[in-house]
Amino acid sequence: MSDTPQTVSITINGVSHDVAAGQRLITAAESVGEYIPRFCHHDKLEPVGKCRMCLVEVEGPRGKALVPSCTLPVTDGMVVDSESAVVKKAQEGVLEFLLINHPLDCPICDKGGECPLQDQTMSWGPGESRFIEEKRTFPKPINVSDIVLLDRERCVLCDRCVRVADDIAGDSLLTFIDRGNHVQIQTFPDDPFVSYFSGNTVQLCPVGALTSVDYRFKARPWDLEHTPSVSLVDTVHSTADVQTSRGKIIRVYGIENDAVNEGWLSDKDRFTFSAVHSEDRVTVPLVRGDDGFEPTSWSAALDMVADKLGSFRGDEVGAIGGANNTNEEAFVLGKFMRSVVGSAHVDAQIGDGVDAHFAAALTPRATISDLDEAASILVWGPDIKETHPVLYLRVRKAVRNGATLVVASPAGTGLDGIASHVIRYRAGSGADVLRKFSAGEAGHADARSVLDSGPVVGLVGRSSLAEDPRLAESVAAFARSLPDARLLTLLGRANVYGALDMGLAPTLLPGRVSATDEAGVRRLEDAWGPMPEHAGRSTLDMFAAVTSGDMKALILVGSDPVRDCPDPALAAAALDASDFVLAIDTFVTDSSAKADIILPAAAWGEVDGTVTNLEGRVQRMRPSIQPIGQSRPLNVVLDDISVRMGVDLMAAKVEDISTQIASVAPAYEGITFDHLTFVAGVEGAVVPLAGATQPLGFIPVEVSVPVVTDRMTLHLAKALYDDGVWNRNAATIADLPRPATARIHPRDAAILAVADGSEVVIEGSFTLAVAIDPDVAEGSIVVPFNQVATKGLAATASVRVDAKREDR
Amino acid sequence: MTERILTARMDAHPSDSNTIARYEDTGGYQALRKALTSMAPQEVIDEVKSSNMRGRGGAGFPTGVKWGFLADASPRYLVVNCDESEPGTFNDRQLTERDPHQLLEGIIVSSYALGVDHAFVYIRGEYPKAARRLMAAVKEAESAGYLGDDILGSGFSLTVTLHLGGGAYICGEETALLNSLEGRRGEPRLKPPFPAIEGLYAKPTIVNNVESISNIPWITMNGGAAYAAIGPERSAGTKMMSISGHVKRPGNHEIVMGMTWRDFIYDLGGGIRDDKELKCWIPGGASSPWFVPSVHLDTPLTIDDVAANGSMIGAGAVVVMDETTNVVAAAHSIVRFFAHESCGQCTPCREGTSWLQDILERILSGKGRPQDLDLMLDVSDNISPGLTWPPAMTTICPLGPSATAPVASIMRWFRPEVEAMIGEKAAHV
Repeated sequence: MSDTPQTVSITINGVSHDVAAGQRLITAAESVGEYIPRFCHHDKLEPVGKCRMCLVEVEGPRGKALVPSCTLPVTDGMVVDSESAVVKKAQEGVLEFLLINHPLDCPICDKGGECPLQDQTMSWGPGESRFIEEKRTFPKPINVSDIVLLDRERCVLCDRCVRVADDIAGDSLLTFIDRGNHVQIQTFPDDPFVSYFSGNTVQLCPVGALTSVDYRFKARPWDLEHTPSVSLVDTVHSTADVQTSRGKIIRVYGIENDAVNEGWLSDKDRFTFSAVHSEDRVTVPLVRGDDGFEPTSWSAALDMVADKLGSFRGDEVGAIGGANNTNEEAFVLGKFMRSVVGSAHVDAQIGDGVDAHFAAALTPRATISDLDEAASILVWGPDIKETHPVLYLRVRKAVRNGATLVVASPAGTGLDGIASHVIRYRAGSGADVLRKFSAGEAGHADARSVLDSGPVVGLVGRSSLAEDPRLAESVAAFARSLPDARLLTLLGRANVYGALDMGLAPTLLPGRVSATDEAGVRRLEDAWGPMPEHAGRSTLDMFAAVTSGDMKALILVGSDPVRDCPDPALAAAALDASDFVLAIDTFVTDSSAKADIILPAAAWGEVDGTVTNLEGRVQRMRPSIQPIGQSRPLNVVLDDISVRMGVDLMAAKVEDISTQIASVAPAYEGITFDHLTFVAGVEGAVVPLAGATQPLGFIPVEVSVPVVTDRMTLHLAKALYDDGVWNRNAATIADLPRPATARIHPRDAAILAVADGSEVVIEGSFTLAVAIDPDVAEGSIVVPFNQVATKGLAATASVRVDAKREDR
Repeated sequence: MTERILTARMDAHPSDSNTIARYEDTGGYQALRKALTSMAPQEVIDEVKSSNMRGRGGAGFPTGVKWGFLADASPRYLVVNCDESEPGTFNDRQLTERDPHQLLEGIIVSSYALGVDHAFVYIRGEYPKAARRLMAAVKEAESAGYLGDDILGSGFSLTVTLHLGGGAYICGEETALLNSLEGRRGEPRLKPPFPAIEGLYAKPTIVNNVESISNIPWITMNGGAAYAAIGPERSAGTKMMSISGHVKRPGNHEIVMGMTWRDFIYDLGGGIRDDKELKCWIPGGASSPWFVPSVHLDTPLTIDDVAANGSMIGAGAVVVMDETTNVVAAAHSIVRFFAHESCGQCTPCREGTSWLQDILERILSGKGRPQDLDLMLDVSDNISPGLTWPPAMTTICPLGPSATAPVASIMRWFRPEVEAMIGEKAAHV
């Protein structure tokens, strides 16, 4: 690539320009201010040259010829006329052709006001129609999926949706049918457009043909206010435009931030927002009374909380959660716990993650865009199509561009189809397989040798909640040894990386400092006063300590361990045993239902601050609406409590917190709101910034992880759509979780004497239908995590599985 | 006039020209033997180059030159286009039905020359007899050792796959044909890349017409120079011409180019039925602009002379119309065909051809407006800017511009007749 010239000289309308080599004419022209109209062209899609709107005249050996500028690569000396009479007539002609059968129902079309067809008709189109024939019509609209509707008569057949589904998402579920004047977009019979990325087709549709059920007829584009922000449903933090009208979030669109999501969103990113407006939100402080929760005033509730928390020794109190909050909120939570309550028991992970040092300070850490340059990629962890869908798209792109992919998992993953090698291992035996694989032993030699070509990007994580979290460290230790390797860990929960960076872990202090780093502790004491003497406890340790009486009070911050932690029974027992439970949350969950007081927390979309994604990129998450009801940002709540406990955290204003973070969190030195404001080309910032220091660096080493040899081992796998409280309350996606099944290998089905669709009982109490799946490792059972049917199932490595006996 | 390269056998032996016995008996498979035993592949290519044969599928691009573009990668493919579907064309059908071994020998020799070990024949689905006979010929050739592994002990091996189309004219466009062969929608591809670089399954591919390939055995046996010596310099060799419409003797004729259209229509075609007056004719298939007797009767029937007069011989389909013809109805019939056969992927063709059809239908039904004449021309111009020849295109492939040829033709030669239909209830012929 270095041999080719970086720029070429082209002439457009008589003016010479130097433009970057290797791009298409339409893009090159736009880069020098010559906008050529288009419908089918999209920078992120392969050109098809179908709409013909971008025709320009280009000098060739046989004189000037009309050429679609979207398909033509620029070459040195190219002479282009985009304004000649021939070009103008061709463009007007194409627009007229597109309009003759278009219904022109702009007054009732959702796209009206942001419609490329409307806009370009204004700029390039003929003034009036010469078409007097009867227009082509289709029955309106058809559901191509649960989320997406298609008005075929508005469609200009640009092929964008088909290409997004095929090429970007790998879901070849949309197609053209029929021919000539009757061509239309359709799904395959009995095969709806079920895709985790279906909303992108709506966003890219250049007309009002594709609409989403939740936005249809809801608003006019010119009434929408736009707030550049990020999605918080997973740790990718896709950059997104949150669009509001009259105080309600109406729509979320992807923003083309090439460092993160390139404009794409998963449907969960796009459609979770409606949960913000759910009627089930907690909107007022609730206090447990004789007949359940009773509303109360903030001042009364805060007085009670301050009073209660003040009645315990510091180390009797623990805080669980903070991963669904901003960095600023998380920082204040840590400061509140350590300097006001006097407890080091803080944990943003709830036993579902990995070692906090590993997650926060893994070295060398990759960026998402490193995948674009990777020669080979190792994914050993969860099925990222389910857990990090937009990262899945980036891996797909890398493979499309020539990277080789190796995937390791106990069951089939979304990436298997494009992987050159798939390592299938029985859940619980990962350590054994890793040893054989890294040594290139028989059966693994080919796959192992793929990874000899660098740069390598390793995506490592815990493949399921039932997997020993230390396996990922061993995988990382191996991956780190690969040529030019960089690594990303695959924690899944919202802003968990930001929370860890803010010190919400028993072993971490703000700014990627180990809790045992004496210099770090002293630096923090200078700012905050004396630190607790005791060592911090993890979430699971806190639960154990509460049950044994060593701890007395728990603060749940936007976390639902009864549903989300690997030992739901322990979580429930601890919450029941605790003298006092405070929940600061958006919903009454299975966990917060056990609280004594619930304080209504402001949610995503309502709070201002920053968040940090899995690559360590800090982005601004802006508020687009006022917190609903009486809900308040966490920092405000904690500031009020601390004042009542005699300490002023100075944490009511986000800007003040930001200043505090920059001064006491070394890895965040220099991060201010100013350079996190999203404008084109500014893509957030990966911490630490150049010049800042990161005290902690985690070098993974192989850890001894026991191999589980029991009859059946559990792969408790996350699915994109689950029974989580936000998913459940987001109307558009609430019904999308797939029915839970127990997937087992055909040979295990034979041993258990069960057929597809018959039932098994797991651990004596969870009954699930069997799905026989040859992609599941023999001896393992795949059960979806956090679904209605699996609520309460403990994530243990080995499980008892019995065929359900009708005669019992 | 007496030269017969392609049809001598079928004329002499109408009952069994399709069998291998008759084929061998009349010199068949000698070209293959000659090529495999005494010629290097490049020598075969050189003969085809020196024959000056121009591709018989329509575009008239020299076959040898096209072969020279085939990229040096493996595997590479030969695809024979037998998706003959344009109204008025039927000579590939005759060549395939009545002399399938000639075609097959051409395929085998061409594959040897091009370094191909897998050739495909894409046969129009409405040609079951042609497909059946070619299939039988393949079986016979395999049994005789002309096809399969180690042909005639030369070490050269070839598989031939026949594929029946599903009834779409657009699949005769070579890249749409390749898509269809691959199991995709029959939509023309963007070019470049051309098939010789990236064709079937993204491998270098030569796509040739049945008639072109059927000439290869003769050229191999007799040499390129002998072929080039037949007929005018730039229209060398013989050409299969299909004549239909209002003539006394419709059918296929293998001709040496250079005769006048008058000789062709009145001698070979036997003149106009019922001795009516000739009104106009389509010189090279439905997509070619029309000729009229007042201007073109004495124009020589060569590729270049026809092109110089703004049309083409194309695949050699001549449709003759006499004085009773309603030219608007004739144009409508052709436009309707193209609108129906448009693949629909690009805007001007998808929308423009059916719009033209609508306008013509309105004129025919007596609802034409004075402005419709210029509107038709302008709509045509937006599909094929300038309405020049060869056509400029706003489209991906030439199908859309093809639909403008009849419109431009009737407006050029018969405008008063079209005008006369405006506002009156005209009979639909």
